[in-house]
Amino acid sequence: MQTITKQQLLDKADSLLANGTVTAVLGWSKGEFGYDVTPKMFTTKEDLEQNFVWNDFCGVNFSKYLVSKTDRFEGKILVFLKPCDTYSFNQLLTEHRFDREKVYAVGIPCEGMVDVSKLKAATGDGISEIKEDGDNLLVTTIYEDEPATVPCRDVLLERCINCKSKKHVAYDELLGDEGEIIDSARFDEVAQIEAMTPDERFAFWQNELSRCIRCNACRDACPACTCEKCVFDNPNSGVENKAPANSFEEKMFHIIRAYHVAGRCTDCGECSRVCPQNIPLHLLNRKFIKDINEFYGEYQAGAEVGSRAPLVDYTTDDLEPGEVFDRRDMDA
Amino acid sequence: MQVNEHKPLIVAFCCNWCSYAGADLAGNNRLNYPADVKIIRVPCSCRVNPMFILRAFQRGADGVIICGCHPGDCHYTSGNYYTRRRMAALFSMLDFLGIEKERTRVEWVSAAEGAKFAATMNDFVEQVTALGENKRLEDLRCKR
Repeated sequence: MQTITKQQLLDKADSLLANGTVTAVLGWSKGEFGYDVTPKMFTTKEDLEQNFVWNDFCGVNFSKYLVSKTDRFEGKILVFLKPCDTYSFNQLLTEHRFDREKVYAVGIPCEGMVDVSKLKAATGDGISEIKEDGDNLLVTTIYEDEPATVPCRDVLLERCINCKSKKHVAYDELLGDEGEIIDSARFDEVAQIEAMTPDERFAFWQNELSRCIRCNACRDACPACTCEKCVFDNPNSGVENKAPANSFEEKMFHIIRAYHVAGRCTDCGECSRVCPQNIPLHLLNRKFIKDINEFYGEYQAGAEVGSRAPLVDYTTDDLEPGEVFDRRDMDA
Repeated sequence: MQVNEHKPLIVAFCCNWCSYAGADLAGNNRLNYPADVKIIRVPCSCRVNPMFILRAFQRGADGVIICGCHPGDCHYTSGNYYTRRRMAALFSMLDFLGIEKERTRVEWVSAAEGAKFAATMNDFVEQVTALGENKRLEDLRCKR
């Protein structure tokens, strides 16, 4: 389904490695199954040819990996960035989290990535082989002889259904055409929840958040969560490295996690993608983004390097915290 | 006969320079405000981390109020402007999760406004008492 081919990416990586522009390539490598694509640092052509993959499961946002990888390699790292990844890339640059000089960014077009859990829900467990066939996926499971045909658009990641941009906001080189910023309906679900009564909202979130196992995957995958010391690792907090003891701890973790990235979250959707319990974490982030847009003017984190996040900025005539609700009640 | 009326516990974060002095003035002027309000002095209203508010609810608070200098009068020039943005975002999120919005408030009280401090606290305690016990952000392990 992707417009760009694996061969094009391989050729680009090979030539940049060969002429010494980069010393390593940050790319997707084969996992145990067709769908569990794993990020990897490639340093040789042979390795690339054996293990590099590019398919509909390459959802991983590489921006965050640059923070830890740029220090470990002499010379530049080649990184492939999808449009939504470039926003995180810019945001990390704004926060001085890695050295731009040590990265060679290649922008690649993306037609949307597939959500493995949605695919499994459609075909059942035990997927043994996945083939691409135009806009469909041919999925063979160990229980069926005939492969099932699943249209890609039915199993897209949530962030790709509501894709906010096909435009790359940062790159050294672009493969394929420059896309456009999309006027997506990404805040619709948030608005639906806002329209519920407080009791319904409470029940909704109690239901969603109670599934949390505190695996910290949302934090670890989030390109905005790059603090060297995290509040959730603080041994004095009483909540480090353990499952939530009760509903308070669930809520506290999720409120604070979303709050700590408020104003810096680019809405890349990694949190929801990696959540093993399929909690719609992006809704919490989008609530903050939607509020910030409404209260303090439109702001897209990562759209440009050096922009000031709304929560570390102010004007003298900002909305009062109490007025937030008055405004909403007036709209209702 | 003993009546088991719920007495709310209110945590008030008061900035050292304005609101804490305002509370002091309320005391000096012998203005009444309920003893359910427990004041925590902070150097500036922007010292209040969102975690403090959640922690207060966890440990049994039924309402949390943050008091600071009036916008423009911050001892540190701009602290309360940050508070204003942060708390607007946080309170909106708490409301989004279905937690009663009446349990949280930000109020600007200067050192000369002892009467406003007492009136604010009376009003807030009344509001929280009407809501009853904090059930949605409670931690049963911390119940007295």
